[in-house]
This record gives sequence, C-alpha cells and structure tokens, in this order.
Amino acid sequence: MLSALTQLLIFQLAGEIIARGLNLPVPGPVLGMLFLFVALVIRGGPGKDLQTTSQTLLQHLSLLFVPAGAGIMVHLHRVASEWLPLLLSLLVSTLATLVVTALAMKLCQRAPATSGEQP
Amino acid sequence: MTAPINEIWVYLSASPLLGLTITLLAYQGAFWLYQRSGCNPLANPVLIAVTVLVVFLTLTATSYETYFAGAQFVHFLLGPATVALAIPLYTQFHRVRAMWLPVAVGLVVGSLTATISAVLVGRLFGASLSTQLSLAPKSVTTPIAMGIAERIGGIPSLTAVLVIITGILGAVGARYVFDAMKLRDPAIRGFAIGVASHGIGTARAFQVNEQSGAFAALAMGLNGALTAILVPLIAGWLTGP
Repeated sequence: MLSALTQLLIFQLAGEIIARGLNLPVPGPVLGMLFLFVALVIRGGPGKDLQTTSQTLLQHLSLLFVPAGAGIMVHLHRVASEWLPLLLSLLVSTLATLVVTALAMKLCQRAPATSGEQP
Repeated sequence: MTAPINEIWVYLSASPLLGLTITLLAYQGAFWLYQRSGCNPLANPVLIAVTVLVVFLTLTATSYETYFAGAQFVHFLLGPATVALAIPLYTQFHRVRAMWLPVAVGLVVGSLTATISAVLVGRLFGASLSTQLSLAPKSVTTPIAMGIAERIGGIPSLTAVLVIITGILGAVGARYVFDAMKLRDPAIRGFAIGVASHGIGTARAFQVNEQSGAFAALAMGLNGALTAILVPLIAGWLTGP
C-alpha cells in the first residue's frame, strides 16, 4: 500500500510540475492520470499492490468530496439570495448534459451499424 | 482530576483531529444508511454526510476554516484518487478503443452542454456575474473546477459547492433519466454520468457496474481536461452583454 501510494503521489507531482512548468490549462492530477496510464501500457498493467490500493481509494471516492461539500455553510447567504437561478441552472444543466451526452453517443454508435445491416 | 468539559472542547476544537474524525464518522454513517437502503440513489452518502456535518458545525458554532484544518487530509486525497483513475481506464481500454467515435462526440457535445446551459440558465434567472462564472466549470471534479473558477474570476469555494451539488444531482438522477430513455449500455450510461457529474457520479457508477465506472472515470478525466481549455475561452462570451 505504501509503495502504491508513493507511486500515485509521484505521478501527481510529475503532473503538477509539468502543468505549471509549461503553463498548461490541464490540471496536474489529470496529467498525472495520463502519465500513469501511459506507464501502465508500457509496463503491461498495474502490479497487485497498485491495483488493490487504487481500488480501495476509488471505492470511497465520494468520501473525498465531503470536506468541500461542507463548504456550503460559508456560502449559505449567497445560496439563500440566489437560490432560484442556482437551483434551476444546476438541475437543467445536469439533466441536459446527461441526456445530450447519452443521445449523442447512441446516435454515433448506431449510425455505422444500421448502414451495415442494409441489404 | 477530570478536566471540565468545556476545557476539553476548547482543546479539541483547535486540533485537526476533530474535523478529520467527524468527517469519517459522518461519511461512514451515511454510507451505512445508503447500503441499508439497497444503494438507493436518493440516499446519496455525500448528501447525507454533508448535511450532518453542516448541522453539527452550526450547532457547535465551529467555523468552516477550523473544520477544514482537519478535513483537508481527506480533501487532499482527491489528487491521488484522480491519478488512480488510470487503472480502471487501463483495464477497460479495449472497450474504450472500440467506442472511440461515440466517446469523442459525447465528450465534446456533453462538455459544451454542461457549461453553456449552466451559465445561460443562471443568467436567465438573474444570477450575479460572479455566480455565473462560478457555475461555468460545475461539471468537472473539484480541484479542476476550483482552478478554472479562479482563472476566470469566479469564486473557487462557491464553485466547489456547486460541483458537489451537481455531482449529487447526477448521481441521484441518472438512473431515472436513463431508464426513461430506455438506455441500457453500461458504457454509455457511465460515460454520460462522468461528463455530467464527475467524481460523485463516477463513485456511484462504480458501485453499480465496473464497466460503467471505468467509462465514468474516463469521461471525468477527459471532461476535466477539455473544460479546463474550453471554459476560459467561452466564459467571457457567455456572460458578456
């Protein structure tokens, strides 16, 4: 677990350094994920340790959002005064994103298949 | 020699121990409830844990700053967890490669929909400029969204809250939306959840189906990168006169 955690931190650090050093708009951890992915392709898969540690970490991914979520208490005033635009924006946008993304993917997936089935 | 209770409280409230412990306790309690409900999306563990924490902190008159001094150790793990998403991505890569076209189209269309609809609906219903800018990156994971908000003149800590609410909405609503659309493919379900509601949606997807989870993780990573590039380019135009 210790070695896996160290590896994850090293990839994150590399991502942060390159993102900041080259002034890239991509955040460090995302770049770190990309580097680890490339490393996995080269190595031919994660070791057992990395596999189990990441599984544990990802299993409780939602826990990691709790501290930031509790930050709502700092913004209660703004949330109370702008609750209608905030609520509608988040509801409509989340719903629209789910539907539009899924529909776009379904259409792209179907298009070649149906044309192939034609006599 | 027992110290009076308020003395113990003074000590505890100044140390990071309390913030960290109550975060883990609140989450484990919330997760227990979620499992007892048969993983019903309405019993979202983040929603329950945050509610319990806010009530507790308000009742004990503890500031968020004090709380976060302890909770930051949990918050910090978001970085390594984002890196760890490379592993499910790797294991599902054969499927991702076979679906590269729907993935690419879904990503671009979904990312644009998330940003544009959030800002325009907010603007339409009278959100202030700083709120509109804080809404723009709301579909990507917390550390990325906060970075974008800072760059474009939004309020990073408000964005963090909007990100979490978006995540909860997506995690709670996705099943009903997809069932109504009669959409079964776990890859498409997962990818759309990841685009719309980042890590909280991804966490939910992993609990339901491994393949959905991997596609959600892919979507969350790609959308984080794309949004970081797109939002600074279009934010001014969306919120402009």
